[in-house]
Amino acid sequence: MWDKIKEFSSEFFVTGDPLILGAQVSIALTLVAIIFTLSYFKKWRWLWTEWLTSVDHKKIGIMYIIASILMLFRGGVDALLMRVQLAAPELEFLNAEHYNAIFTTHGVIMILFMAMPLMFGLFNIVVPLQIGARDVAFPFLNSLSFWMFFFGAMLFNVSFVIGGSPDAGWLAYPPLSELSGSPGVGQDFYIWGIQISGIGSLATGINFVVTILKMRAPGMKLMKMPMFSWSVLSSCVTIMLAFPILTVTLFLLFLDRYLGAHFFTLDGGGNPMMYLNLIWMWGHPEVYIVILPAFGIFSEIVATFAKKKLFGYKSMVFALMSISFFSFFTWAHHFFTMGSGANVNAFFAVTTMIIAIPTGVKVFNWLFTMYRGKLSFPTPMLWTVAFIPCFIVGGMTGVMLSVAPADFQFHNSYFLIAHFHQVLIGGVVFGYFAGLYYWWPKMFGFKLHEGLGKWAFWFWNIGFYVCFMPQYALGFMGMTRRFNEYNFDMGWQPLNVVSTVGAFLMGIAFLFQVWQIAHSIKFLKMEKTGDSWNGRTLEWSIPSPAPHYNFARIPVVTSQDDFWEKKQRKLRGEKDAPEVIAAEQAPLEPIHMPKNSGIPFIMSLSWFVAGFGFVWDWKWMIFVGMGGVIACMLARSFTYDTDYYIPVDEVQRTEAAARGAH
Amino acid sequence: MANPNAHGAQHGHDSHGGGHSGSLKSYVIGFVLSIVLTVIPLVVVMNDMFSKQVNTLIILVMAILQFAVQLLFFMHIRDEEKPRFNLIALIFGLVIMLTIVAGSIWIMTYNAVAT
Repeated sequence: MWDKIKEFSSEFFVTGDPLILGAQVSIALTLVAIIFTLSYFKKWRWLWTEWLTSVDHKKIGIMYIIASILMLFRGGVDALLMRVQLAAPELEFLNAEHYNAIFTTHGVIMILFMAMPLMFGLFNIVVPLQIGARDVAFPFLNSLSFWMFFFGAMLFNVSFVIGGSPDAGWLAYPPLSELSGSPGVGQDFYIWGIQISGIGSLATGINFVVTILKMRAPGMKLMKMPMFSWSVLSSCVTIMLAFPILTVTLFLLFLDRYLGAHFFTLDGGGNPMMYLNLIWMWGHPEVYIVILPAFGIFSEIVATFAKKKLFGYKSMVFALMSISFFSFFTWAHHFFTMGSGANVNAFFAVTTMIIAIPTGVKVFNWLFTMYRGKLSFPTPMLWTVAFIPCFIVGGMTGVMLSVAPADFQFHNSYFLIAHFHQVLIGGVVFGYFAGLYYWWPKMFGFKLHEGLGKWAFWFWNIGFYVCFMPQYALGFMGMTRRFNEYNFDMGWQPLNVVSTVGAFLMGIAFLFQVWQIAHSIKFLKMEKTGDSWNGRTLEWSIPSPAPHYNFARIPVVTSQDDFWEKKQRKLRGEKDAPEVIAAEQAPLEPIHMPKNSGIPFIMSLSWFVAGFGFVWDWKWMIFVGMGGVIACMLARSFTYDTDYYIPVDEVQRTEAAARGAH
Repeated sequence: MANPNAHGAQHGHDSHGGGHSGSLKSYVIGFVLSIVLTVIPLVVVMNDMFSKQVNTLIILVMAILQFAVQLLFFMHIRDEEKPRFNLIALIFGLVIMLTIVAGSIWIMTYNAVAT
């Protein structure tokens, strides 16, 4: 009996690595600390009723952001471990197997469990407020999306201490990811973690498309919609068409591994190259999915801090929508070297270059918006200004990579690594940080400390260039990705050491941000106004943090940048349009809101159980998990009492409290 | 599944989308048709009834019919009012789908490994 337990646990838990042992101990201690704190302060009930079951888009957004910052920490630690290994390859700080696992989890976590949820968090917090809605179109589904993402991410992360991490690269190319190449359970954790969270992402995409198309405030024509909402629309349309491809591709890989199918094996009529072809049909649109909302954020911030209308609104809309369209026509540039012939490569090289045109249009729009504006530079604007040159360099190296013959040289080298980190950090991460700083007061009612924010900003920026500029050179010197050792004779070490220093500077920058948040909470200065930055769009017209129902009266919109125009009219002493005044003076009515529900949490937990069962092929566990999923679906189908009304006097009291603070 | 009216009674427009005109009868017909269309290619392939080309053709035809059944019986493509979001989405989706299928065939046909 004892031997059996010992045998099982040596297979079940990852053993034999001091780094992972340390992680196991710290995870256990953190769990104990969380449980103790919640019990000591009697907060379990509060956690359940206020957060876990909430369908409020603002709370779901905050949970997304917390989860993504935790994931940023984990992905960042992975990155630092890799950089330590590469600065001193002879030390064998990480052996080859461990290194493979770490670059795999770094990639998956940063794209799918950091960038995506941070993006969804901002969608959730901003979009309904910006278009004058009281929640998203499907609040229950929204909560389900979050919990599917959360439990998917947890299932993926658990592999690091239980069973072993996946180590076949972030996109898990076969034949390495097939049972023959990866016999362990790590690859199954990969498949199920991504599948479960992927369903959540797809549902969020649908949710926000419907919200934006159907729930805008009266008068807000599509061409009067704030640019961030436009970018969310283009991103979500892309999600709706791209994520099903991911789901199907990973399902086929699952069939190969679980049922012995031959979709991607060389024997039995399959072809591993088909996997590359399919996964990049999702993978390429995916990078546009994460960058488009960042473009929207920059557009809002530039207009706000230049105190000018966004230059070229229509061309910006056109650029966003054409990027989301063209993103589906470029996927083969990820495998120019596969050998599909000159015609295929030429076609996809040209489509890739075409994408640079709308992106260039956007850069000029931002520059012309700033031209002759009354500029000020608080942290959100700093990130925006830093983004522009960084993204231009990243974009230009992307155009270099798109030249198919030259790509045979760049392919899989550190040149590529430097390129995509430059667009993903310089574009996506800078963008979402800018958005976080910009909308933070809307979420919590106070601004983050500016001084510490500037320290974090400079450390991030200098660290970024110190880290990634040498990698372009290393690429030209012939260093390729995904190996943990190189010979000292290659002459790569000096630049690798520089690069590692840069990575640690970014690590320090992250610590500054944590300090910044802690400092701002400790010396809390609540804002007296909902309009923190002299903003232009509807979200700034309501108190911060926004009341539960967002808008006591749904506003009537007459122009683009409606809130700004309204403030200008007031300054000039002009009157609003009669329908605007009528909407403002209409008597309050009871507000119809969705009820909280525990089903999304329980259903996603059941998915987690089922996924865990599939990973270990424990049939009983699969049945328990899937049974839970079906039970939740039935329970929801027969729940008729899903909504309630907030009475007028409660709305009045809330409004008086929020406005009375002025 | 969700509550489309969650945004308040006095909200300017209704977010119900098109009225759901599906009846029990149409759902049952759609359900049966979709199962039949799934079973046919399975039987044909499992029993090696025809040559490879004919089998492929049958699978493709059944797939297209299945697509139509889903749209007509479950997606309510027929009862749409203005603005024609369904139609726009359908056309866009078809363009992307065509790209994916044709592009994959093109790429994989010229792939040195495949030949």
